Amino acid sequence: MEQGNTDTTIIGGGVVGLSVAFGLLKAGQSVTVLDGENADLRASQGNFGLTWLQGKGAHFAPYARWTKHAINLWPAFAQELQDMTGIDLAFQATGGYEFFTDNAEFDAFTADLAAQAKTLGDDFRYQTLTGDALRAALPGIGEQIVGATFCPHDGHVNPLRVLQALRVAVQRLGGVIIPNWKVHSISPHASGFKVHHATHAPRLTPHLILCAGLGSADLAPMLGFRTAIRPQKGELMITERIQDRLPFVSSTVRQVDEGGIQIGGTKADVGPDDRETTSKMKSLAQHAIAVWPTLKDVNVVRSWGALRVMTPDGYPVYARAPEMPAAQMITCHSGITLAPAHASTLVDWILNTQNAPDLKAFDDDRF
Amino acid sequence: MMTDSRFFRRENGTYDTVCLQIDGVQTHARATDTVAAALLAFGPAPTRTTGISQSPRTPFCMMGACFDCLVTIDGRPNQQACMITVQDGMCITHQAGFRPLEEPHDG
Repeated sequence: MEQGNTDTTIIGGGVVGLSVAFGLLKAGQSVTVLDGENADLRASQGNFGLTWLQGKGAHFAPYARWTKHAINLWPAFAQELQDMTGIDLAFQATGGYEFFTDNAEFDAFTADLAAQAKTLGDDFRYQTLTGDALRAALPGIGEQIVGATFCPHDGHVNPLRVLQALRVAVQRLGGVIIPNWKVHSISPHASGFKVHHATHAPRLTPHLILCAGLGSADLAPMLGFRTAIRPQKGELMITERIQDRLPFVSSTVRQVDEGGIQIGGTKADVGPDDRETTSKMKSLAQHAIAVWPTLKDVNVVRSWGALRVMTPDGYPVYARAPEMPAAQMITCHSGITLAPAHASTLVDWILNTQNAPDLKAFDDDRF
Repeated sequence: MMTDSRFFRRENGTYDTVCLQIDGVQTHARATDTVAAALLAFGPAPTRTTGISQSPRTPFCMMGACFDCLVTIDGRPNQQACMITVQDGMCITHQAGFRPLEEPHDG
């Protein structure tokens, strides 16, 4: 038997799919979210939890502006989800640091921020600090740090609670999340699309949004999209919980709300392999101690790998299928940072309202 | 040795003993004891409080799984008492909540 009678079917129940579902439901649409298997490669369950602007779109103005837009929306988004679900997202717009142990990397990133500031104008503030200026501001920073940048727009959040709160909110608004419904293939149908599962009966939907993260790599070509999606591995570790609060948030070292110190930031193109490695764990630990030497005595209690969802140029794709405009693809590697935009402004684009933002720069036809 | 522990030693055979300090009190334990066994034999008081709810804990699973036995040993916090054998002169202290970032380094 074929099922499915909602306005929109979203393939993918991670942070991106659920943010879009949340926004569509608030706009009065009925939504079904098809979520995959537990063992799927889920960026939403392994990411670092930053709400981050600095460096984003330094060389691609539309991405800098879109990220800034999302960052501006974060406080109200966190409050809204929290009010609706009672789940504390632990969102904090603390401002964030990038720390450098290499002068050339510091100089290159400083140039990136100057370019980003040129794009964003007065809306964007940042500081560069020499190692000594940083140590004067944050006594406890290690001698190996040669410089840092600080951006007051940055912050962090508990990413697992974002996922949980979105799941609760979507269901509270009447959205249906179907677990273990891994989409095997998609075909056009007289009334829209036929979505196939390996064993279950197919589902029909008039409007389809592909938000399947790395799962979109196989599904996107079935709708005629050109974007090639690839995984990029990041490895992370977290320490035992600490009584004191670290006096900073950085893109590689941050203290989560429960007290553990999360360390991450590695990048590796190794295909669909999310296993952590001893060599990367060693370099993460060394980096953390370079940043904050008193971390040397703290025990690591857990480590993991997770796969970023990368497009060829690293920027998001918001696109309608070339021959099938009722099918849309949404993919990015910053699903947390962009979540508030995906739950609001992007919905106007999805529904093609008169307020629809111009997202041509993110079309799939750039590949 | 305090006598209000809920645990009683079986008086079978003879054992070497070591001297310990538990929360400032001089005591002794069998040389083969884990720190957790020595703590349970010493008395019924909680050996740590949890970080979130300040709930009292004593050693429980005795096999490295539950982490209820975390104590500070010779100035080093978050040590699993059930996985460490007592040493002569060891200084064991109650741990209140999560560990501090920096170890006191006072031995």
